[in-house]
Amino acid sequence: MKIYVTDYDGKTHKLEALEGWRIMEIIRDWGLDMRAECGGACACATCEVYIDEEWLDKIPPASEEEENMLDQVPNVESNSRLSCQLLMSEQLDGLKLTLAPNSKSK
Amino acid sequence: MTKSEILTDIVIIGAGPVGLFAVFELGLLDLKCHLIDILDRPGGQCAELYPEKPIYDIPAFPVISGQELTDNLMKQIEPFKPEFHFNQMVEVVEKLPDGQFIVKTNEGKVFRSKVVVIAAGGGSFQPKRPPVENIEQYEGKSVQYAVRRIEDYRNQDVMIVGGGDSALDWALNLHSIAKSLTLVHRRDVFRASPASVKEMFNLVDEGKINFILGQIASLEGENGQLSAVNIKTKNSEMKKITTSRLLPFFGLTMKLGPVADWGLELNDNLIVVDTEKFETSIKGIFAIGDINYYPGKLKLILSGFHEAALMAQAAKKIINPDERLIFQYTTSSTKLQKKLGVK
Repeated sequence: MKIYVTDYDGKTHKLEALEGWRIMEIIRDWGLDMRAECGGACACATCEVYIDEEWLDKIPPASEEEENMLDQVPNVESNSRLSCQLLMSEQLDGLKLTLAPNSKSK
Repeated sequence: MTKSEILTDIVIIGAGPVGLFAVFELGLLDLKCHLIDILDRPGGQCAELYPEKPIYDIPAFPVISGQELTDNLMKQIEPFKPEFHFNQMVEVVEKLPDGQFIVKTNEGKVFRSKVVVIAAGGGSFQPKRPPVENIEQYEGKSVQYAVRRIEDYRNQDVMIVGGGDSALDWALNLHSIAKSLTLVHRRDVFRASPASVKEMFNLVDEGKINFILGQIASLEGENGQLSAVNIKTKNSEMKKITTSRLLPFFGLTMKLGPVADWGLELNDNLIVVDTEKFETSIKGIFAIGDINYYPGKLKLILSGFHEAALMAQAAKKIINPDERLIFQYTTSSTKLQKKLGVK
């Protein structure tokens, strides 16, 4: 399976993705920069990504917990999601997303 | 030496789980610790980010919450009477010609220690800053991330942004003294006590709080004085709100901060250490837990505990070079048990 991640410079990376991994973990495993301070506990809102419009209806909606954490993002977009809360599955094969500037660590 | 200097064997920077456990390992070797942390309580990330979240990989605890882990560590180190200095950040670490260290915080505290242990995790917790152009020009006066003096808000046009307890509590507290109070949040759901939420909506109905669904788009003002905030509403309209004081409450984020300026060898913003002593490139300064780097490093609380134990042995040798160190177990050593207060 694959996901397509556009980085902070606008470059798109095609990443091999394993079933059951968090999207955040896949992004970091391939060496792309992402703060993800709490390590996937849905406790920090620093793994924000923008989901491509065409994928918004195809991914599971944000849980109440994720929505609560998104409240800690000062500039949430309508397609903002926390990538630690998206688990890789067949359903997400081919997912396209862009790293949100808030996730940048450097 | 000045009078106000605090003398100690060890200064530990960071009171997260690894800093706390270091007190235990150092305490068994009779070393006295002072801990400094930017948060207002012990626990670091465990207390700030996930106090209620379960942790499953602490040895012998099938499940434990961040807060329970912190509470247990505090109990475990109690016999060693560590001293805590909260709500401050270490700005300066200087090595003196005699090998001792001077450590200074942004609150003006000065320590003189024989060893410094950096257990600062991901760095200092600092308020999340809304990514709005020129916000730094207004910070300190018109834009604050915490209420320091309520009087600063009297007769001011106050705007509070956010949807958590801090945002709601301050909206409820400040509306009566402010000239006007606007609360801005991206949705009408709040993560705060139901009583506060109800009270806030009542005040909105009475016209005492102006509630806007939206987010900050831009700031207007000059010479550090804010005059208005433009809000992008939920329907993507722009609304200009007269504002002289802005309080954004978006929680905390971690920044490496001054650690980067202490002359330590770094690798990708992490402090390089050896795996025998967990000592940095400067003799007498150790780094343990998430903030260090060595080949094979895993950012686990477990790893930090191990690093603390080995660091303590090396620190002891620096502080008491002539003392013969006999490795002992707490289970069998009456000497260690005495230190722990076992009766």
